[in-house]
Amino acid sequence: MATTVLDQQRAHAGAHAQKTGLWSWLTTVDHKRIGILYGTTAFFFFLLGGLEALLIRIQLARADNNFLSPETYNQLFTMHGTSMIFLAIMPLSAMFFNFMIPLMIGARDVAFPRLNAFSYWVFLLGGLFLNASFLFGAAPDQGWYGYANLTSRQFSPGHNVDFWNMGLQILGVASLAAGVNFFVTVINMRTRGMTMMRMPMFVWMSFITQILILLAFPVITVALILLIFDRFFGTHFFVPAGGGDPLLWQHFFWVFGHPEVYILVLPAFGIISEILPVFSRKPLFGYAAMVFSGAFIAFLGFGVWSHHMFTTGMGPIADTFFSLTTMLIAIPTGVKIFNWMGTMWGGSIQYRTPMYFAVAFIAMFIIGGLSGVMHASPPADLQQNDTYFIVAHFHYVLFGGSIFALTAGAYYWWPKMFGRLLDEKLGKVHFWLMLIGFNLTFFPMHLVGLHGMPRRTYTYPKELNFESLNQLETLGSFILGLGFLVFLFNILKTTRGPRNAPADPWNGATLEWAIPSPPPEWNFAETPVVHGRDPLWELKRQRGGRLPEPSPGTGAGIHIPPPSYWPLVSAIGVTGIFVALMMSPKWGPWGIIVAISLTFFGIYNWLFEKGYSEFTTPQGGGHH
Amino acid sequence: MHSRNAAARLRAELVPCLCLLVLAVAGCSPERYPQTALLPLSDFARIGDHVQDQTFYWALGVFVLVEGALLYAIFRFRGRPDDPEPRQIHGNTLVEIIWTVIPALILAAIAVPTVKGIFQVNGTPEGNLLEVEVVGHQWWWEFRYPQYGIVTANELVIPAGRTVHFKENSVDVIHSWWPPRFAGKRDVFPGRETRIWFKADSTGLYPGQCAEFCGIQHARMAFHVRSETPEAFEAWAAHMQTLGAPKPAAAPAPAGTDSLRTASSGANVQQESQADPLFAQGETLFRNKGCIGCHSLQAKGAPTALIGPNLANVGSRAYIAAGWLKNTDENLEAWIQNPQALKKGVLMPNLGVKPDEAKALRAYLRAHK
Repeated sequence: MATTVLDQQRAHAGAHAQKTGLWSWLTTVDHKRIGILYGTTAFFFFLLGGLEALLIRIQLARADNNFLSPETYNQLFTMHGTSMIFLAIMPLSAMFFNFMIPLMIGARDVAFPRLNAFSYWVFLLGGLFLNASFLFGAAPDQGWYGYANLTSRQFSPGHNVDFWNMGLQILGVASLAAGVNFFVTVINMRTRGMTMMRMPMFVWMSFITQILILLAFPVITVALILLIFDRFFGTHFFVPAGGGDPLLWQHFFWVFGHPEVYILVLPAFGIISEILPVFSRKPLFGYAAMVFSGAFIAFLGFGVWSHHMFTTGMGPIADTFFSLTTMLIAIPTGVKIFNWMGTMWGGSIQYRTPMYFAVAFIAMFIIGGLSGVMHASPPADLQQNDTYFIVAHFHYVLFGGSIFALTAGAYYWWPKMFGRLLDEKLGKVHFWLMLIGFNLTFFPMHLVGLHGMPRRTYTYPKELNFESLNQLETLGSFILGLGFLVFLFNILKTTRGPRNAPADPWNGATLEWAIPSPPPEWNFAETPVVHGRDPLWELKRQRGGRLPEPSPGTGAGIHIPPPSYWPLVSAIGVTGIFVALMMSPKWGPWGIIVAISLTFFGIYNWLFEKGYSEFTTPQGGGHH
Repeated sequence: MHSRNAAARLRAELVPCLCLLVLAVAGCSPERYPQTALLPLSDFARIGDHVQDQTFYWALGVFVLVEGALLYAIFRFRGRPDDPEPRQIHGNTLVEIIWTVIPALILAAIAVPTVKGIFQVNGTPEGNLLEVEVVGHQWWWEFRYPQYGIVTANELVIPAGRTVHFKENSVDVIHSWWPPRFAGKRDVFPGRETRIWFKADSTGLYPGQCAEFCGIQHARMAFHVRSETPEAFEAWAAHMQTLGAPKPAAAPAPAGTDSLRTASSGANVQQESQADPLFAQGETLFRNKGCIGCHSLQAKGAPTALIGPNLANVGSRAYIAAGWLKNTDENLEAWIQNPQALKKGVLMPNLGVKPDEAKALRAYLRAHK
């Protein structure tokens, strides 16, 4: 109340000034910059996870190979899975949540910009921490699912499991904070007229994803805390010798782990549902069915976890229940696939690079879905479980699904994010290399799995005849790797080129295409008012054609939150707590005290930071 | 321009198609794969195989129809930038109901045999059962036959045509016992008993391996199932029952040897073998190098809870080191000298056995059939 107009203007000037340099990135609270940070970091981890996969493929190219030692191999497959799930696909989705959700709902930022920065910094530190385990020769080696009681002190005495445990806890903090943030953003920050049932499908699927994150991550957090107690304080939650039960871990893990699958794939569904209508020049077919099928998948996702455990011998009643709920999920998933095809049907399909990837997504995801139905059947799954058939299945879902969709999204939104259109020719070379490489890598895995090759084995004997199929897979994986080299080259080439992307290069339907590419810091010079779905198409129809290039405006009079380094300080503190837990008994407690103090110091200063409290008055700064 | 693009695209699509065809041919001859799950050799395995076949044919049908429709849409609705805007359709309730109901009906068709199969594989077998206890160890398999009082390791011997009922548990971490030709997996837990059963159709030696990641040597935790005629099985079991501690009266321990020696040697060891000087040297080494601390040479009345596999009939097994190293003289000697080189992290340490000592130990073990 005590602030004057002059104070506000000064704060604005400060907020709008610093735009370049390392410090501006360290202190940014701009959802677009945070999105770019998420994307860059996640892409780096994605390449790292890909390298791990290539090493795995080299090792498996020959029977009885010694290219990798067994312990290195076990570390690589564990880190490949953990990285791709927590450090690549989730944060690549988070890149689009960050950059696109506020733009698509007509907001100037997320609900909690500093919490958003905090999420990113915690994610970055967690990812670095997890990979730092390589430097200590103690990378996690027990599988991304960390089944007890192999993770007990007795059978895993090293720090490998601790790196994984603490790393996942740190990343969980980031996911939960981001989950709250985007949930509130979608609920509260929609512009006038943007009702829930007018939201772009990407926003809907992202919204459902946040609900899944908020409900699933606490389960793994608790399970990991119990594991910390087992390993550090001698409890026996999962240790049979002390009366615990390793099967309990499996239930905990998959109650988290199955919804996690939908956390990885629902954003992909959203991206595809944006791209297909734009390049088919037709609205999304069956909008309401798409919303409800997504919600239904998410709901059922919490009732299928034990289909990962059919081989544990749960008995006929549990087998039947989890088998039938799993099959039920095929219905809403099928509805989605048919609606996507219905969107293309009768359209005027423009084959630009994003559309190539989006269509391939449908084709590949169908295969992953069908093999999924095959192991929903326990008598058949007893053979398929823990073989390469499963590896094939989930790569068709998570690579053929999520990664193809995220790549489609990258080509689609690249001009919006960076003001430059990626090269179409290179994009199509990338596409064909990726499609061929992907199928060559993962299709033979169905066969070699059914022919008896188990997962997570560092080698196989020659006499089992797995060699030729494995060699095809290895060949495919290098073609796949080459595809991403082409993508990297495309990025470098484009980045050196001029910033020439128009605001609306694809004839888009959603609000982000109404503003300049890249958008100004304040997004919308004037907050838009929405009158229906596909608001931009509607506007273009009313105006009889394309819109003139929008002007970014000067940002005068628009309040945007000033930069802050307290999220970074707090993130260092939170990460430090888990790092200190792993330190020696002599230094650990001191480390924990320092880290907790730092966390509270960061949060205290965050709460009373200048530039924020002044603008919270109703008349303050036109925050919305 | 347009058609040339289409031709190029078609070519680009043909290449992966051809690759997949080659693959399909290579992959669809299961006879080439000794560990395949697609050639079931037991009643249990056929239940799953039957359900899998039915599911697969439904899946294949859906695949052809849906991918076909997608391909049609890809080519049929190709547009140009200057084409007029297509008709703006937002949905069609009837069509949407149809494509919700049809998959539901297909799933119901899959669910019926599935549920039937679930109750079949979970059923308790009856009749003249052979009981076998499967015990998982890091990284080998122990098989106990309580009806016969015998124990063996890594090579399960069963009679064809008789249902075998397995009770499974683990002494350390979770494993999963998987003989693909005869049955799907059943996880093996510490402190929890799981069960599975099957009746083998035919005789022969078939591979299997652990299917749950269980530590550094999970990949080398294999085993074999040797299915025999009922007569051959009974003969084998009777022979194994003779591999107990020799009766003190029949073979009094020579002066100067401790009781460990008699505990280590089985009664079946043939006279000519015992006459071999290598055999005697091997017997001493087996004791002095500490082998006896982890391995028993008795099939009957063998101590349980040993760290290493039972070796009572190791001389006649097809494989050593848990089912992946052929049981040749060279392999056996190499293994004895340097197990850590062959199977890094295995619980058997390198004991500083010299080549000539390994020969003696090999001769001694080879005599245990």
